[in-house]
Amino acid sequence: MKWARENLFSSWPSALATIAILWLAWKLVPPFVDWAFVEAIWRAPDARACREAQGAGACWAFIGEKHRFILFGTYPFEQHWRPAAATAVLILLWFFSSLKRFWQYWLSAVWVAGLALIGVLMWGGVLGLAYVENERWGGLILTLLLASFGVALAFPLSILLALGRQSQMPVLRAACIGYIELIRGVPLISVLFMASVMLPLFLPAGVSIDKLLRAQIALILFAAAYLAEVVRGGLQAIPRHQYEAAEALGLSYWKRTLHVILPQALRFSIPPLVNTFIGFFKDTSLVLIIGLFDLLSTIKVSLQDPAWSGFGVEAYLFACLVYFAFCFAMSAYSRQLEASPVRGGLPRPLRQS
Amino acid sequence: MKSFTVAAALSILAAGPAHAQSAAPSTLEAVTKKGYVQCGVNVGLAGFSQPDSQGVWKGIDVDVCRAIAAAVFGDASKVRYTPLTAQQRFTALQSGEVDVLSRNTTWTITRDTSLGLNFVGVNYYDGQGFMVPKKRKVKSAKQLNGATICVQPGTTTELNLADYFRANNMKFKPVVIEKLEEVLNAYFSGRCDVYTTDISGLVAVRVSRAPKPDDHVILPEVISKEPLGPAVRHGDDRWFDVVKWSLFAMIEAEELGLNSKNIDQQAGSQNPSIQRFAGATGDIGKMLGLDNRWAVNIVKQVGNYGESFDANLKPLGFDRGLNKLWTQGGLMYAPPIR
Repeated sequence: MKWARENLFSSWPSALATIAILWLAWKLVPPFVDWAFVEAIWRAPDARACREAQGAGACWAFIGEKHRFILFGTYPFEQHWRPAAATAVLILLWFFSSLKRFWQYWLSAVWVAGLALIGVLMWGGVLGLAYVENERWGGLILTLLLASFGVALAFPLSILLALGRQSQMPVLRAACIGYIELIRGVPLISVLFMASVMLPLFLPAGVSIDKLLRAQIALILFAAAYLAEVVRGGLQAIPRHQYEAAEALGLSYWKRTLHVILPQALRFSIPPLVNTFIGFFKDTSLVLIIGLFDLLSTIKVSLQDPAWSGFGVEAYLFACLVYFAFCFAMSAYSRQLEASPVRGGLPRPLRQS
Repeated sequence: MKSFTVAAALSILAAGPAHAQSAAPSTLEAVTKKGYVQCGVNVGLAGFSQPDSQGVWKGIDVDVCRAIAAAVFGDASKVRYTPLTAQQRFTALQSGEVDVLSRNTTWTITRDTSLGLNFVGVNYYDGQGFMVPKKRKVKSAKQLNGATICVQPGTTTELNLADYFRANNMKFKPVVIEKLEEVLNAYFSGRCDVYTTDISGLVAVRVSRAPKPDDHVILPEVISKEPLGPAVRHGDDRWFDVVKWSLFAMIEAEELGLNSKNIDQQAGSQNPSIQRFAGATGDIGKMLGLDNRWAVNIVKQVGNYGESFDANLKPLGFDRGLNKLWTQGGLMYAPPIR
């Protein structure tokens, strides 16, 4: 009671806000619970039962019917365990990489092995697994792969770009600035369009770069430009004397950068970096416009099925849940990383790479 | 920016065909060598091309792809699908990313000439139509004078609508709404008396969105021509022939009364047309550079045109209409296979 008076009703505005929020919750939460759980239709052989309910309850039967397509796209149905396993491997890789005690040199070997395993699972063609061309990859694994490779390859590129932008060499600096400003000046959609529509026209006949690869390259180039500016922010936040002290010690440029500047700069940049990562993770859903079946595309395509159309709310709620799970994990992790008492601030592999 | 990209792509497209012609090897050889047909399809359009709940592509456009594979390889499953958006489709064909574009594309002279496409035929005759609530008791579009009409902007739909009403000396009040969801809400909530778009779209909307599909009627008038068909690149006549006759074989099979169930018995028939079709006499398959059983494989594995229509479009409430055989008053007509 005392706690409530001190925290919720300490003053008139505070009391009003509390009451308003409680009233809103009272108005919104019970109907939602009613719709999403009490009246919901969990199982149905077809959409008829759902349609008869006239929207009184959620039609989770839609997700039941379509979840395999939403999660795995057009991957051969009887082989769905393969993308499922690949998804699990990828999530595990990220999970272990997030734990500080695994930040050792061998972690990169684990990643190489993990990615090889994912490649074997997804493509097959060896060990008795049927070959599946990457045009058929889709759903969650496609979103995760695009985001993982995007971040993993764009990040080192962005550090180089940020350093280049601060470089004393005018040509290099101009090139980096030009690149960053050009990419930041156009929407991701047009970069994707360029990669998917224009690029093939410039290639000689008979040479074609896979659609998925083209999209991935476009995403990497795009993410790198944004990350570079974040890293530059970190670089500029470092006091001048840190540069000067490192120089006074007689360290070479790369030693200065790798041992003194970057470890501090990247630590400064953790919150905006994670912010950019999260934005980038969600940006991958734009590959929809070039006909790749990522998680959001498979949901949209499921909604086109006339037998099950009209359950958009349920479908997008499902998408929300999946995206939220990943984005929330990222932001929770970044908070933990900021709070962690590491002096100098950086994981070892990065410092010594 | 986007329009710039598209415009630039189009201007390059104009230069594209010559370059594709000179350097590219014969598509048929390339397809045979790689062992599958790369088919560009719609990302998701019910009845035309759409992955089902198990991720298997279904639809009449997909069946054309399967028919080509059946003709070339004797195996309709040797197709790889490239889902394409409207913006990508022509480049994908032009750059050789796909061997054939089977993606509900309207055959127009611009596309057939300057875009460097060769349409092989028509697998669905579409056209713009009108839908009205049944309770209005409208029987013909001629009775729509003064009606409020829901339409989406920016397409030929809007222009066709204006043309039709002007030609018939009638007035209408357009309600122009960009988004499909919203335009449908406007129609179903009674803000407009009429909704107009391509008939295939009207049918799909009626069956999947209308609270009670039977409460709405699609008027008999068709006010525009939208012949949808598969297309290949300029400059490879042999591949053009293969794709064209794969489609014709499906239509001809229906006319000859051949379907996936009876083709095995009928292949031994005394009817000379069927004998030629089945490859029992003549060397028609050889002329195309295929096996003589090419047409039998199509019918057996994919079915005739009517079967494909009945399996994919009929459940959505599509009427055969213009897409009946010419012998039954429709437009589906295949040149003789001889």
